[in-house]
Amino acid sequence: MDTIPEIPKEEYILKCTSACAGCSDSLALRYVLKAAGPDTVLVVPACCTSVIQGIYPNTAFNVPVYNIAFASAAACASGMSNAFRAAGKKTNVIAYAGDGGTLDIGIQAMSGAFERGTDFLYICYDNEAYGNTGMQRSGGTPLGARTTTTPTGKTDNKKDIDAIIAAHDPPYQATACAAYPQDLFKKVTKALTFRGPTFIHILAPCPPGWRYSTEKSVEMGKLAVKSGMWVLYEREYGKLTIGAQSKAAIKKPIPLEDYLAPQGRFKGIDPKTVDILKQRIAKNLAKLAAEEAAS
Amino acid sequence: MFEIRIHSRGGQGGVTAARLLALAAIHDGKYATAAPFYGAERRGAPIVSFVRIDDRPIRIYSQIKKPDMVIVLDASVMDVVDVLQGLKTGGRVLVNSAHPREFKGFTSGHVDLTGIALKENLVVAGSPILNTPVIGALAKQGIVSVDSAKKAIREMFSDERNVKAAETAYEEMSA
Amino acid sequence: MKKISTGNKAVAEAVKQIVPAVVAAYPITPQTEIVEQIAEFVSSGELKSRYIAVESEHSAMAACIGASITGVRTFTATSSHGLLYMHEMTNWAAGARLPIVMANVNRSLGPGWNIWAEHTDALQERDTGWLQVYVSTVQEAYDATIMAFRIAEHNDVLLPVMVNLDGFLLSHIMQPLDTVDVGDFVPPIQLPHAIDVKNPTGYGGLTGPDQQFKFRWDIERSIRDSVKVIEATEKEFAKRFGRKYGFTEDYQCADADVIIVAMGTLGKEAEVAVDLLRKEGIKAGSMRLRWLRPFPKLDLKGKQVVVIDRDYSFGRGGILATEIMAQTKEDVFSVIAGLGGQEVTYEDVAGFVRKRRMGEEFWFGVNNNV
Ligand SMILES: Cc1ncc(C[n+]2csc(CCOP(=O)(O)OP(=O)(O)O)c2C)c(N)n1
Ligand code: SF4
Ligand SMILES: [Mg+2]
Repeated sequence: MDTIPEIPKEEYILKCTSACAGCSDSLALRYVLKAAGPDTVLVVPACCTSVIQGIYPNTAFNVPVYNIAFASAAACASGMSNAFRAAGKKTNVIAYAGDGGTLDIGIQAMSGAFERGTDFLYICYDNEAYGNTGMQRSGGTPLGARTTTTPTGKTDNKKDIDAIIAAHDPPYQATACAAYPQDLFKKVTKALTFRGPTFIHILAPCPPGWRYSTEKSVEMGKLAVKSGMWVLYEREYGKLTIGAQSKAAIKKPIPLEDYLAPQGRFKGIDPKTVDILKQRIAKNLAKLAAEEAAS
Repeated sequence: MFEIRIHSRGGQGGVTAARLLALAAIHDGKYATAAPFYGAERRGAPIVSFVRIDDRPIRIYSQIKKPDMVIVLDASVMDVVDVLQGLKTGGRVLVNSAHPREFKGFTSGHVDLTGIALKENLVVAGSPILNTPVIGALAKQGIVSVDSAKKAIREMFSDERNVKAAETAYEEMSA
Repeated sequence: MKKISTGNKAVAEAVKQIVPAVVAAYPITPQTEIVEQIAEFVSSGELKSRYIAVESEHSAMAACIGASITGVRTFTATSSHGLLYMHEMTNWAAGARLPIVMANVNRSLGPGWNIWAEHTDALQERDTGWLQVYVSTVQEAYDATIMAFRIAEHNDVLLPVMVNLDGFLLSHIMQPLDTVDVGDFVPPIQLPHAIDVKNPTGYGGLTGPDQQFKFRWDIERSIRDSVKVIEATEKEFAKRFGRKYGFTEDYQCADADVIIVAMGTLGKEAEVAVDLLRKEGIKAGSMRLRWLRPFPKLDLKGKQVVVIDRDYSFGRGGILATEIMAQTKEDVFSVIAGLGGQEVTYEDVAGFVRKRRMGEEFWFGVNNNV
């Protein structure tokens, strides 16, 4: 049922970025920009993506990138979008921020921009920690994961940013994963057809942060989806559609342990925490399935 | 003051080697500082760390321009970096290598730190640990005493294989 | 035991000695190691503080304020943009007379993103009512952090204290460190205006002009009084632990014709420049400024003064130079150097002195034709 999209050959991320080997932030961004095309400006707060661009006067990105202070991507993008629209320009304004810049320090600016109906696409690539500063916990870090500020494993749950966005009732919101680039490409293309604020939340496995070997990033993203830890869906004018890959996971998820075991950040996680994670996954999947059935 | 510049790649333990060396020098009753130079380089890119050893407190924070000694933990950086830059005439070069390396006008030495680490099975996340054996090699060169080298290693690492690797490097290193 | 430590770890070690009830902090390069080390101490049980992993620096300082007003000891650490993002709350902390201690790892400000040493971040906090000390060694970072609590919490002060250390140059260098057993050097905290449900009080509500004016004057009076408290604290510290500190660290100043004034690591490296210059027959001295607030009375009479600013106030000049010129009639040569982490060596510093042009301003590496 899924058609394979025609993905443009043009590259907007050039060779020699400063990303780590196996970085899915860069992989995701590559497809985001292929979908958005050249009439696009990226607004990037402090995050790994600010580093990946390279060092002035060089840049590895082939679209304009406006780097801005950590808390302010959505507000800056608001101003930019309004200015372009006032000038009669259709230029895509994409705020591209990490989980820290979205779920934590940037949430106020983001909520404001969504409430005001800003015409922009906000993308949160989620590597589930503060990658830029060396992997401290964020609101996106899952329960039980070790980071440099949660050396024995995080004791709080991952913040449900998608539910918070849904409460703003945007015309379009979606989740995606760097391991499924075609799905991501389609969602970005679609998001950019709407007027008003749209949101895409991309799971971006990160080798140094999650502590797995660099060649396993795609595998890790797939395991996240297959275990139900990450769910692919889109919500268009309130109507939820769960992606085929995640439907399969709802029917029969792979054991969560298959996802946790290869990752050093979950090393030594206690079985009780794994149970809580499992319960939360089941609850989330049931909630989404019910919403889809009802909508 | 004795100034040492260590060349390595990010993640190879150059920073820890600098730290161990400074700690060993302090155990010798000297003053020492270890300063990694943090650039905006890519991970895995060539990096440098600096060690200064002196009989009085060290008040210099800027980079070492004219080292007395250069240590190369990864010979492949020599393809992209001039490791001899600023090295004092007659200064020493120590290269992690199984084969002798000649540097004209300088006192050169080599020791197979990688081989030693592999022999001791000192491997973390697929990479051999070079920072503890190199301290053994430096003890042989008289930069720090053997006792202080061992003491420093034991303070920073609980695994005795690190001390063994340093001992092997001490034996294999030419004086 | 002889230890070796980075500047960041030394700050964390000092915090471990002091045991604040609450630490609320947010990571930022190059301060991160402080936060990570404290998180590690707390989770291993070595430090019995509550650690709040807040979602921003604004919240870090706000959380410290909320904790502090209940009468407990609090600590945070930040750098650069984190400090700027706190700015509303740093004013609040001082205005509310809360003895919060913060370590700031000095770093340049964006754009562009630059993670290296510069003092402009802290100097933009100059007028908030915080006391500010700038350190130059790992040992001093440790000692100053310990003393900061005693000074801040003294009844004649009750103002927050910021300990500044140069990004990377000091935060990441490894030097010898002697840790101490603080014992009763820092007495238990007693905040006279702590929240007490038995004595309901409104804090910081609507305040008229006359009262507000008085509150401002109170801050100024306390910061003036802090001079004596700082002196007494440093004297007591020297007595107990053997290390002497003052408002400045003077090196070869007595007979000097020309004195270099700088802060942080550059102030230390300047001593090496002095040795070099003295060998050449130039009678130089170095006066490393430690306390910027309260600003000390500097003895520069009859000397030529070369001020090195790792900071700038656009449209006016080097901030340290400006402060010194406001206080002394002596001739000043103002050098702007090291912004954005620009490399400055003792040889460069000696060069500034050799080629000094009194009364002028010189941007190192830009207009090199001194
Ligand atoms: C006000 C402020 N506080 C802290 C920082 C330091 N900082 C830069 S990026 C970052 C973390 C970014 O995390 P995230 O948004 O998840 O992106 P990632 O680095 O993981 O890609 C932090 C803490 C900053 N630049 N500005
Ligand atoms: S830390 Fe993770 S997200 Fe950041 S550049 Fe490296 S792999 Fe990518
Ligand atoms: Mg992140």
